[in-house]
Amino acid sequence: MAAQGRHGGKKSNKMTALVVDDNTVNRMIHHRLLDNLGIENVAVVNGKEAVDIHCSGKTFDLILMDMDMPVMNGIEATRQLREMGIRSMIAGVSTRSMEREIREFIEAGLDDYQEKPLTMSKLISIIHKING
Amino acid sequence: MRQSFFDEGILDQQFSQLEQLEEKGNPSFLEQVFTMYFNDSTRVLATVEQAMGETDSLDIGEVDHVLHKFKGSTASVGASKVLSEIINIRKLLGEGDLQGAEVAFQELRKEYDNLKAKLELYFQQLREAGPAETASAPHPK
Repeated sequence: MAAQGRHGGKKSNKMTALVVDDNTVNRMIHHRLLDNLGIENVAVVNGKEAVDIHCSGKTFDLILMDMDMPVMNGIEATRQLREMGIRSMIAGVSTRSMEREIREFIEAGLDDYQEKPLTMSKLISIIHKING
Repeated sequence: MRQSFFDEGILDQQFSQLEQLEEKGNPSFLEQVFTMYFNDSTRVLATVEQAMGETDSLDIGEVDHVLHKFKGSTASVGASKVLSEIINIRKLLGEGDLQGAEVAFQELRKEYDNLKAKLELYFQQLREAGPAETASAPHPK
């Protein structure tokens, strides 16, 4: 899949993703889901690491952002990334079901929200929004 | 054996989703995921058990937070019975029913131990049978 447009052109045609989740099981599953779609991906364990990796100059086509994480949660991380000018697709992924909490997460700057567990079909629907 | 997991409600379709992520000819991903899940769960259950044993100083919010994270990974591996028990404990803790939550925790323990024992046996059988065994497994109802 070509990685263009959303955050400027890229030299490589391979899509890239950042997995942000403090849970090892979820990181492993999300990593494999992305791998199977041919998407290069890295994983970090909290929102601060997500912000730091962007501060180091890296960008990604897609960010899968968990909500509840130590050090910095997904809401704050999303807010900071948007303030930094990061225009990547940020998809919130969480088990939270209260509308108020989900709304706060979305208003922080999400492009999409999916309830966990993340499945291949949910991930494909997120990716279609990047290309759409 | 695999079909019995679904028939008994121990696992749900999320488990099938994970099976589909296995590399052909190298079906170790599923076992790796569950090994990680069981490693994490051991710590979680010990933490919750200890916290609930200290009823005078029990921090319900903290226990609920731990259970919330446990709920997430449990849903991700498709362990539906364990998931139901986690939801039940959180509900009882939220209602302030500590006695009920302790009983529910024992049920959670039972379901978790059952899941672990059965899956460990299943993975052992898979290793002994080889990759062909997983290719033609039936789907959940």
